[in-house]
Amino acid sequence: MTAPESPAGGEPDEIIDCLGQRCPLPVIALARRLPELPVGAVLRVLADDPAAAVDIPAWCRMRAQEFLGTNGPAHDIRRTQ
Amino acid sequence: MIPSPVHLDAATAAPLHPVARQALLAALDDGWADPDRLYASARRARQLLDAARGAAAETLGVRPDELSFTASGTTAAHSAVLGGLAGRRRAGAVLVHSAIEHSAVLHATQRHVSGGGAASEVPVDRLGRLDLDAWSRAVTEPGVALAALIAASHEVGTVQPVEAAAAACAAVGVPLYVDAAQVVARTPVPAGWSVLSASARKWGGPPGVGLLVVRKGTRWESPWPADEHESGRAPGTVNLPAVVAAAASLRAAAADAAAEATRLAPLVDRIRARVAAEVPDVEVVGDPERRLPHLVTFSCLYVDGEALLHALDRRGFAVSSGSSCTSSTLRPSHVLEAMGVLSHGNVRVSLHRDTTEADVERFLAELPGIVADLRAQAGVVGL
Repeated sequence: MTAPESPAGGEPDEIIDCLGQRCPLPVIALARRLPELPVGAVLRVLADDPAAAVDIPAWCRMRAQEFLGTNGPAHDIRRTQ
Repeated sequence: MIPSPVHLDAATAAPLHPVARQALLAALDDGWADPDRLYASARRARQLLDAARGAAAETLGVRPDELSFTASGTTAAHSAVLGGLAGRRRAGAVLVHSAIEHSAVLHATQRHVSGGGAASEVPVDRLGRLDLDAWSRAVTEPGVALAALIAASHEVGTVQPVEAAAAACAAVGVPLYVDAAQVVARTPVPAGWSVLSASARKWGGPPGVGLLVVRKGTRWESPWPADEHESGRAPGTVNLPAVVAAAASLRAAAADAAAEATRLAPLVDRIRARVAAEVPDVEVVGDPERRLPHLVTFSCLYVDGEALLHALDRRGFAVSSGSSCTSSTLRPSHVLEAMGVLSHGNVRVSLHRDTTEADVERFLAELPGIVADLRAQAGVVGL
C-alpha cells in the first residue's frame, strides 16, 4: 500500500494509525496526541471510519486547532495553540 | 429501583393519542369490510374512509380528493418523489433536493438516479439552514422535474425557508414536494408546495399510516403498478381502522398544536441552555430560533453514541441518535455530516403531549452524571 498523498500538500510531523477504529476512538487519539506536539506541528490521523471525516474537522473547530484537509483516510491537523 | 420510563423520541413515534386509541377500537368493529364492495358493511366502511379523508383534508386545508392514505410515511415520501418525477419526465429528469432530506427521500432519489435520472443536492449551513441562493440556482437549471425540501429537519429541528424556496420553484414552473412529517399537527404547514407527505405516528396516530397530498393541477403519475385504490395513488386496501384513528388524532393534535408548541418550546430552550451549561464539551446543534418547538439535538465529545443511548435507556429515557454506531449502515447521519457538526455522542430529544416539565427536569438532572460516567469509563476525562 502506498502512503496517502498529503492533504496539506506537505509531509506531516507525525502519523497516528487509527484504521479500523470506530468513532469516537480516532478523535480521542487525536485529542491525546496533538497537545504533546509543539505548536505548529502537523499530525496526520489515518482513520477509515466514515464518521472521522465529519468529527475530526468538528473537533478542530471546537478546540480551535487548524484542520488542514482530508485525502482518503488521511486527515491532517496543525496544532495552533 | 427501576426508573419510570420517559419517552423522548416523539420524532420517531409519539405515544398513541387517546383520541387515536378510542377511534381505533371503535373502527375495529365498524371498519373491517372492504370500502369498495357493494353491501351494507362495505358501505359503512366507505363512510368511515370518506369521513377520515374529509377530516384529514380539512385539518390540512386541502381538498379531500387531493389526499391519499398510504401504508406509511416512508411510502408517502417514496410516492411523492417518484410520482412527481414520473409526472414531469417530459420536462426533465433532475431532482433538486436539500442535503438534509429524510433517508426515505434520499433512497427514492437513489432509485431515480440508478434508473438513469439525475439529482442535484443543495447544501445547508452549520445550523442546518438551506442555502437559498444555491437552491434558486439549482431549480433554475435546465431539466429540473421536481424539487424536494423537508419543512423542518427531523434530526436537528431547523425550520427551512419553505415559502421562499417555493417562490423560487414557482418562478421557473418547478413543482415542490415538501416532507412535512415533523410539522403536521405541530406548527402551521407552510404554503407553496405541490406535493406533501406526512406520517401519522409522529402526531400520536397509529404506525402504518402515511399521508400523500397532491394538489390539483400537479403533474404526478403513480410510480406503482396500476391499482384503483386511493384515486390510483396508493396501491392496496387501506388499513381502515388505523386510518380512522390517524385522522381523528390528527384533528385533535392540530387543535392543540399552538398550545402545545407554547408549552414545549420553552422546555426545549431549557434543554438547549442547561445541556450546554452543565455537560462539558457538548455541541448543541441546529438553529436556536427558527426551529421546531419539540425537538433538540446535541453531541457529546468523546462519547460513544450507542453507549450513551443504552445508559439513558437503563435510566428509563428513550431517545434516538444520529451517531454512526447506532445506524445499521455504520455511517454518521447525513444531516450532521452536511452541517459539519460533531456526529459521535449524538442524542436527539423530542417531546410530545405527554411530556411533563418533571420529565425534562429528571433528564437534565441525570444527563451530566451519565455522560461523566461514560467519559470516566473510556478514560477521556480532561482531554
